[in-house]
Order: sequence, then C-alpha cells, then structure tokens
Amino acid sequence: MPEPAHSFMLTIHVNGVERQVQVDARTTLLDALRDRLHLTGTKKGCALGQCGACTVLLEDRRVVSCLMLAVMAEGKQVTTIEGLARGEELHPVQAAFVEHDAFQCGYCTPGQIMSAVGAIKEGRARSDDEIREQMSGNLCRCGAYTNIVAAVRDAAAQGG
Amino acid sequence: MNAIIGQPVNRVDGPAKVTGHATYAAEFDLPGLAYAVMVLATIPRGHIRSIDRMAAEQAPGVLAVMTHEDAPRLAYKPIAQRPQVDAQSGEQLHVLQDPEVRFNGEPVAVVIAETLEQAVHAADLVQVEYARSPALTIFDATKGRPPSEGNVKAGRVPELGRGEVEAAMAAAPVRISARYVHPREHHNAIEPHVTIAHWEGENLTLYDKTQWVDNDRKEIAHVFGMEEERIRVISPFVGGAFGSALRTWPHVTLAAMAAKRVGRPVRLELTRRQLYMSVGFRPHSEQHLTLGATPEGKLVALEHEVVQQVGRYEEYAETALSPTSHLYQCDNLWARYRLVEMDTNSPCPMRAPGVVTGVLGLEMAMDELATELGLDPLELRLRNYAEQDQQKGLPWSSKELRACYAAAAERFGWSRRKPEPRSMREGGMLVGYGMATAIYHSDRSAGSASVALTGNGMAVVRSAASDMGPGTYTSMTQVAAETLGLPVSHVRFELGDTNLPFAPVHGGSITMASMGNAIVAACQAVQKKLAGLARAAQNGPFAGLPEEAIAAREGGLGRADGSGPVVPYAELLRQHNLGWVEAEGSAQPGEETQKYSSAAFGAIFVEVRVDEALGTVRVPRMVGAYDVGRVINPKTARSQCIGGMVGGLGMALEEQAEWDIRFGKVMNANLAEYLVPVNADVPSLEAIFVPNDDRNFNPLGVKGLAEVAICGVAPAIANAVYHATGRRIRRLPITPERLLS
Repeated sequence: MPEPAHSFMLTIHVNGVERQVQVDARTTLLDALRDRLHLTGTKKGCALGQCGACTVLLEDRRVVSCLMLAVMAEGKQVTTIEGLARGEELHPVQAAFVEHDAFQCGYCTPGQIMSAVGAIKEGRARSDDEIREQMSGNLCRCGAYTNIVAAVRDAAAQGG
Repeated sequence: MNAIIGQPVNRVDGPAKVTGHATYAAEFDLPGLAYAVMVLATIPRGHIRSIDRMAAEQAPGVLAVMTHEDAPRLAYKPIAQRPQVDAQSGEQLHVLQDPEVRFNGEPVAVVIAETLEQAVHAADLVQVEYARSPALTIFDATKGRPPSEGNVKAGRVPELGRGEVEAAMAAAPVRISARYVHPREHHNAIEPHVTIAHWEGENLTLYDKTQWVDNDRKEIAHVFGMEEERIRVISPFVGGAFGSALRTWPHVTLAAMAAKRVGRPVRLELTRRQLYMSVGFRPHSEQHLTLGATPEGKLVALEHEVVQQVGRYEEYAETALSPTSHLYQCDNLWARYRLVEMDTNSPCPMRAPGVVTGVLGLEMAMDELATELGLDPLELRLRNYAEQDQQKGLPWSSKELRACYAAAAERFGWSRRKPEPRSMREGGMLVGYGMATAIYHSDRSAGSASVALTGNGMAVVRSAASDMGPGTYTSMTQVAAETLGLPVSHVRFELGDTNLPFAPVHGGSITMASMGNAIVAACQAVQKKLAGLARAAQNGPFAGLPEEAIAAREGGLGRADGSGPVVPYAELLRQHNLGWVEAEGSAQPGEETQKYSSAAFGAIFVEVRVDEALGTVRVPRMVGAYDVGRVINPKTARSQCIGGMVGGLGMALEEQAEWDIRFGKVMNANLAEYLVPVNADVPSLEAIFVPNDDRNFNPLGVKGLAEVAICGVAPAIANAVYHATGRRIRRLPITPERLLS
C-alpha cells in the first residue's frame, strides 16, 4: 500500500454509484478506475494523452483519464463504458458500433464510444465532417474509421 | 440449410467489446498483484559499469530490484526447430544475464513494487553507469550482406532469378531505373504489450498479449528450462498486434522472473515509449529496381535489389523478393536481398512483412515504366499478367486478379483519368489518380479443434487460436454453425488458451485456411461419433443402420437418403443418456503445395488532392477489389480491407521513426510525433470482393486476407501523387516538406 503521506481516500461517483477509493497522489484517474476499482473497460493506450483510449465523461465532459490525477475527480461524476448499457440493453452508440462493425480488436472502442456519446450530447455530431473532426482524438490502429463515422451518424440520428 | 458462411454476421464478441467486458491481458484481477517496471539502457552499445540501486530499493512500496547482478541465470535452451516467427539466425536477447548492452533500450533492471506509481518512481531512482563502445547506428545500403544460413533455409534467399537478365536488359528498347526508401515503421497497436505472470509452485500461468499462445508457452519453457506442461498461457482478447505479438519478447521472461522473485503475481506493462525499443518494428529498407520493356509494354527484364536493416544479436529477415518473383510475367529476372547490421532492437514481422516492401518498389517502378511508355498504368499491368507462378513453375490454385482490376477500375471511374500529370484540378487543388496491384502468398498450417455437442442444444468449439481483431471468434463460429447445421446463437467458440487443442500462429493470413478446415473436421468428427452411438443402440431411429446410411442434416442426424425426420443432436444425447459428446478434428496442408502456387490478389485505386502551396496530400477516396477466395463473413472481411487501406495511407503519407544516429534511438517514440492516420484523414473507402472459391488450395476455399489488404495501398497513393503533381517522391512518407523541397 502507498505510504500514508502519499495516500488519499477519495469519493468518486462512478456510473451513478458512490465509490470510495484509496489512491496515491500520483495515481491517474485511469489507473484508479482500472487497477483500484477494476473497471477495466476504460483502456490504457499511451498514458500520454495522445490516443484517446482512456476517454471517460467527467461531469458530461469528454476527458482523457490518463492525463487527470484521480484526486482531481474527488466528488465528481464519472461515466465510463460500463455505465452506458441498461442491463442487457445496449446504449444506442454501443448498438450502432456493433451493427456497423466499427472496430476490430476492440481496444480503442470504449474510448471511441465515450467520445461519440460526449460529442452527440454536445451537439457536435451534425455532419460526417464534424464527426470525423470530433472523433479524431481517438486513434484506431485497426483502421475502422469509416465504420465509426457511420455508427456515430446513425446513433446521433436516433438521439444518441 | 440456410447458408451461414458468406453472411455478414455481426461480431459475436461485439457486445463484450462495446460494453468494456472483454478482458485483455492486463485486466485479469489476481489477488496480491504487484507491478513491475523496466529500466532500459540509454546507450546503443557497450556495457554496464555499475548499477546503484540503493535508492530504488529503499523507496516506499518496493518489493525488489533485479539486475544482471542478481537475476537468476536462465537456461535459454536452443529450440531445435525455430518457429517462423522467430529470427532464424543469431540468438535471441538473453535478458539480465550479463552486463553487455546490445542496443539502446535493452532492459538493464526491473523494479517490482506494491503499486504502479511506486514502481515507476523507483525505476527512476536506479542509477546506471555505462561504458560506451563504438556502435553501428547509421544505415549504409552499400554495407549489405547476404542473410545467414538459417534464414536462407527458411526461404529468405539472398538471390533468385531466371533467364538471362543482363543480355535482355541491355537489349531492352525501354528502361527505367529507380531507388525507393521506406523508413522504419512501428506497429503501434493501441493495446500496449503486457504480461501478468503467476507462479503456483513450479507451475506458471501467463496472461499475455500474444498471437500464438502455444508458441508463447514453448518459448518460455525453453528460456526457463521447464516442461511445457507446467506453463499455461491465457489470451482471450488481443488489442491489435499486426505482427508485434507473434513471438515472445524479453519482457515476458522478465515478468516471469519478477513474479518468481517476489512470490506474487506480477504485471509488467510496457509504456508507449518502451514499445519502440522492445517489440520489433518494420525494418528500414532501400530498394533499387531496373525494368526493361518493349515499346508495347511487355516486360523483358527485371532487376530488383532490396537492402534492409537488421539487429546484430539476432537476424530477422523477410521475403521481400517474393512479389517480384511472380507478380508479372517476365522471362528474365534477377533479384537480390541484403541486410545491413545495426545496433538496434530486432525488427520483426509487421503486416505483410517483406511483401509490402517488395510490392511498394515494384508497383512504383511499374508506374514509372507506364509513364516512360506513354501507357495507361492499368493497361501495363494487364499486358504483363502472370498466368502462372513463373518462378515456381506452377499454376495458380486460383487467380481472379483481372476481375479485381475490372471491378475496382469501374467502381472508381478510372476511365475519367486524364493521362498527363498535372492535368486534373478541382477547387484550387491538383487531383491525381493512381493504382497498384496487391499480392500476398496464401499459406496454411496444421491445427486442431474440438467440438462438444451438449444436451441443451449448444455446440462448444475450442481451439488455442487467437483473435487480434480480424474476427476469428465470429468467422469460426459461422464455419462451425454451418457445418453442424445450427444457428450462430447455438455455437460458442473459445480460443486463446494453451489448454485447448493446438492452433498455428495467428499471422500471415493463415488463420481461416488453417483453423477453418480444422473446425470443419472437428464438427464432422463429432457428428460421426454421435452417429456411431446411434447405430450401435438397441433401438432408436438409426439402430443397426450402416455408417453410410446416416448423414448430418439441419441441426442433427437423419437418413442419408433424405427419408424420415431429422433427430436433433440434443435429442440423440437424451436418447443415450449423455450430457454431451465431444470429438477432435484437425487439418493440415496437403499435396496442393506441390501442385499449385496460392496467393490472394487485389487492385487498389486512389484519388489524391494536393495543395501545392502547402505540400499537403489528402486522400478523399480509395477503392480496392480483392480476390481472397471464399469470403466467410463479408462484414468483418470488409473491415480488414478498409483497415489495410488506412494502414497503407499511414505508410504513404505519415509514418516514420525518426532515428537519432548519436544514440541509436527512435526520437519520436510516442503517438503525437510518430504520426498514424486519424479519423479526419480517411473519408471514403470501398472494398469489393470478386467471387472466388479456391478448393484447389483447401476444402473451405478461402485464401486469407489480412496482409493483402495493406499491400499496394502506399504505391497507389505515391503514383497518384505523381499524377497530380508530376513529381516522383521515392522516399516515404510523402510529407509536405518533401513535396515542397
């Protein structure tokens, strides 16, 4: 365990549930989610804020959780990929990703989906060009980009 | 029976992937997990003079610091027959076994701590003093040497050819000659390489990112001098790999050593920067081509030399000459392959290894020849169409490349191309059309699978295969469902575990041609086993019937003559008081390799828009048509093809490792400075599959399509840039500074 001087007990509201989590002052929000809360749907791709795989919604804003310290999320609402579906019923963006085959390996997918959910909510998915621009912070090395655009377009049309 | 093969079935693992419930290697939650972080060498060659690890050892949370001074001496037993995924000559890196430093980025220490933060911090505190030796950090194409014996035996030949190339070239009425440079590229799958190692007594479990669990086990068994049976490798999901996870890298060994040292499960995850020096890359290459032709555009002589970089401690070589040897009809050919030694981590296969490089040179040179001849580039390809594999002297098992050219050209609107460079403009931009051919040899390998039919009507199919993204889970489910006559929802395919029947490597586009046929065999074996039980029964619908009178029909067994009802598998199991019945099946290459040459083909057409003032190239659309044999799932197959186009776009316009010759190191080892395509780079991609069913190659009729999809894309873009601008950029990537210079 971390030494006491570096250790904090935080309260974060994750997917609508209040969670207590013990972190190091240096722990990123990403590592807190993955390694402390075992919510591994949020992915680590670069830990440098460059790939977008770790995108979550913080109070409805898209953030790369690798560039945020966990302590900065104290008392805040965090939505991760695990918080989108209602039971067995997929969120419209998730369903559209499956239908349009908007991924191959699936590793960047949670980040892509969280970005799409955020962009649609912000009203920034109004055209293919706008979707491409808004989704360009999320790298997909398998190259599913055109399918991602189709999925986001479809989901946005359904009110995302 | 409704066909399931050929249907655009949604990925069966799709819901798990979009909800975050697919478990990748780093995500197995083991009690007591500790975290390991590597310390890497900062010099290109030399040795460690001293290591001060006191501060690291005393840092909070640190469980152990391990260096060559105290790491256990490992067995590193030689592998009698190295798998193709390993370097075929030299010796793999023996990690933490001596003070030598062979390349910048070689692991020199590993720190294990309670938390990741503590391990990262403590790794920073390890002080290493080095003595530098002169290092080979400059690529000099004139210093090439032939591959060593091990590589030659594995088909990486130093020379190949036919006919009388010198005389034919001298007599050729038309000649072009050009040199092309292709930089070091990195796979950069979004999932980093990671291993969790867990010892329980003398047994080791590895949760690893790997394209081949069986080989992972074998390699670690050799490194540690253990029996394979004591190792289990688990890898149900792989977050992209493109070749980087074919072989077992030193960090897997380090994770196992670290876990042994601290007596707890340990996770070792490479950072994005570390990946550039730890898991291989596509080697820098330079190639020179000379083409001789008649004025009508018939190739009469072809010379091709490829020179690639290679590490010094082991020798990884590629089949870069393969496309030149058989893509076009040409009676006189000479090709040469050379390696330039450098102090670097070892290169390794990256999507279409070698072939993508050879195709790049050949297809750019063909475009230059078309210009020289004043001939349409597509027409030049058609005039040199290879009706057989001339180098092997074998017919193709199938080849629908003409249909690919026709379908893609039609869809693209190639006939609208004005031949003159700089002749097409739109909205202030120069417009260029370019095309290229794609080829990748088709192989298959031995593999096996098991099928269990259960009392609740499900079939569970198992094999130690892998799915790094192409959709193995889904396509294999379809093959099994169709063979068994069950709906897709009643079949579950399990993979990625050494406890399952052996599968070959998930690479080289061989998975479906290898494992698809094994699964068909396993399904037929379980049907036969069930039929045997039914025939031997005292009573029941099939009691006492001869073997040939029973046939598999829709979801069960029936009479071969079609009379009488079909009895579902689950019903038969009930009749025999069985909970389940299971059988194994396998498939392996046959005599087809002696009778035919097999390859997947493609034709790629692209449009570029060039802003002359800024030197920027945009690719508004690409159309590819492919002959990949039978297509099991057009939805996932299309995704592979458009993914290959995106990879090729990166190769043409963006990707290159920036190499620092002072330190022998990649300077742009991150995803902000090593550019890869983003969503806004890729507007419209179309993939067409021309009908084919290659039963000469294997019973399922598939050829494989991962690699062919990236071949030909970069040269088509480069050729389109020439058509737009009148400038040949022969050094990739085609960046604004190169276009403006």
